[in-house]
Amino acid sequence: MRSKRTELLVGCFILLGIAAFVYLAVQVSGLAFSAQKDTYQIVARFDDIGGLTSRSKVTIAGVTVGTVESISFDKELYMGLVKMNINTDVDNIPTDSSIAILTSGLLGEKYLGITIGADEEVLQEGDEIFDTQSALVLENLISQFLFKSGDSE
Amino acid sequence: MNLLVGLGAWFLNWLEAVGRAGIFLAQSVLRMPVRFRESIRLLIQQLYAVGVLSLVIVVVSGAFIGMVLALQGYSILSKFGSEEAVGQLLALSLLRELAPVVTALLFAGRAGSSLTAEIGLMKATEQLSSYEMMGVDPLRRIIAPRFIAGVICLPLLSIIFSATGIIGGLLVSVGWLGVHDGAFWSLMQQSVYFDTDIMNGFIKALCFSVVVTWIAVYQGYECVPTSEGIGKATTRTVVLGSLAILALDFVLTAAMFGDF
Amino acid sequence: MVDAYIEVHDLSFYRGDRAIYENVSLTIPKGKVTAVMGPSGTGKTTLLRLIAAQLSPDQGRILVAGEDVHRLSRKDLYKVRKKMGMLFQSGALFSDMSVAENIAFPLEEHTQLSRSKIESIVLDKLHSVGLRGAANLMPSELSGGMARRVALARAIALDPDLVMYDEPFTGQDPISKGVLVKLIRQLNDEANITSVLVSHDVEESLSIADHVCILAGGHVIAEGSPETIQASTDPQVMQFLRGEPDGPVPFHYPETSESQGGPR
Repeated sequence: MRSKRTELLVGCFILLGIAAFVYLAVQVSGLAFSAQKDTYQIVARFDDIGGLTSRSKVTIAGVTVGTVESISFDKELYMGLVKMNINTDVDNIPTDSSIAILTSGLLGEKYLGITIGADEEVLQEGDEIFDTQSALVLENLISQFLFKSGDSE
Repeated sequence: MNLLVGLGAWFLNWLEAVGRAGIFLAQSVLRMPVRFRESIRLLIQQLYAVGVLSLVIVVVSGAFIGMVLALQGYSILSKFGSEEAVGQLLALSLLRELAPVVTALLFAGRAGSSLTAEIGLMKATEQLSSYEMMGVDPLRRIIAPRFIAGVICLPLLSIIFSATGIIGGLLVSVGWLGVHDGAFWSLMQQSVYFDTDIMNGFIKALCFSVVVTWIAVYQGYECVPTSEGIGKATTRTVVLGSLAILALDFVLTAAMFGDF
Repeated sequence: MVDAYIEVHDLSFYRGDRAIYENVSLTIPKGKVTAVMGPSGTGKTTLLRLIAAQLSPDQGRILVAGEDVHRLSRKDLYKVRKKMGMLFQSGALFSDMSVAENIAFPLEEHTQLSRSKIESIVLDKLHSVGLRGAANLMPSELSGGMARRVALARAIALDPDLVMYDEPFTGQDPISKGVLVKLIRQLNDEANITSVLVSHDVEESLSIADHVCILAGGHVIAEGSPETIQASTDPQVMQFLRGEPDGPVPFHYPETSESQGGPR
């Protein structure tokens, strides 16, 4: 029947559209539908956040364990205040761990890497990591290098 | 002086045309269908004519554009030693720009022109008058289902275009050029965000669909009911539709991605 | 004279600056076949559209069954139109529906009848135009004459009080013309319908009309029974009826002021 076939094809068309949408969402943008994992928030202050943005990754040993929630300016200490959400299943980060702003590849995105400390106590909601290492800014590196080589001569 | 008069007259005419088209659109959408089942049946027919019949051209051009992008992107990116980023390039350019715009242009040429011609032919053969004589509003019976079908179809087609484009690019870059597929996907997933990229592309396509379908049905309804008039109206649909898409694309891009 | 079904009073209608009608008054009697004739381009079709209120006059009134159709609200107008059937010049069958669906369409749209009841009315109407066997064909599969008969069946599907025929004989072969003449007459007499026929086919129109109106140059130049029209001595009427190439309507198109100077 003519109209049944039409209806079937229209149904297939709409299904194809939805399937393509889901494909784009999951495979291309990496959107995880279980993304609403429970998290806890910790903070860190950096001298220079150098290109880190909200939603950047937070990693331990290269594995993503959370994301940057927000970045703001701490007026009293003149530092960049970074708040990040860590998945609750990673609940054993020692309080004396250090955190650094790293770059993926030569020109890639900035992300946070946590290096594990040795303390017995672990970070809780709202705690701060004090041992921070700022982003490497190319200009500063070059000028350091130039001044150093000037001294030695 | 004459130039000023001419300019004024042109602007007033233009304003009048836009106003008429606006009233036309409002009337055809607001005069809600009386019977639900009937209007669903009409809508499905139009979804078939507008959407399913445009599917082949959209899938084929999507695949080819993805493949070409992958080739071009690879040849440039490999100079910087970062050919893995071809996935990122592919996904971002398709989702943000190429899929909505190219799909809308194809849609104006394929579905828009046939909508105009079909409605124009109905006008020329007095079918529209005939509905009116039977006390059936042609805006509700003929125009509304076509308009709604167009607005539904174009965003869907645009998404299908993106997906086939990415798959086409994947085939070329991973299958042929030897890009590592893990790097291809992970770089793509890192840089593509669901709301800024996929949703913005979707919203673009939705805006284009309203404008293109509106132009198409209005040109058909207002055409001179002769074979020459229908031909002219069809040409106008494609020309006006394409220009409107490109101009609107600039405005939308500036609004969505313009704040750096 | 019998009571009028349609009364046209002082009708004026302009297309741009060109007057199609100027102060035209005419009446169309109830239950009769009225033929409105005139040369091409005098706006005969326009008159039907004015009666159906698809166009609005610049001046004057048109009363259909005592109601001024141009003063009605949209809803009331659609109600009045249900009592009108119109046979368009091109037939105007809906090309996406079969013959039976075309005829069923006004019934489905305006009545609450059951499916089987509608089906039997459709077959009945098709039978009355002699096309019962064509119910399942698509309009594109019909010949011109058949399409017009189907359109006629659709026009009478709702049993209207008034049927308007727009150039029903144009482009038809003699057999189709004969069939249409017979059908128009038969429908008019059986169902007591008022028929308005717009045509420039003199012979067919005079043969079925009870009342004739001849329009030319935006005015009514003759009105009356076919016999009185044929006996008319008005030169314009005589030229039209006999089809003489020269007369009050000149053979040579009059030169306008623009063309008078010739090419410079």
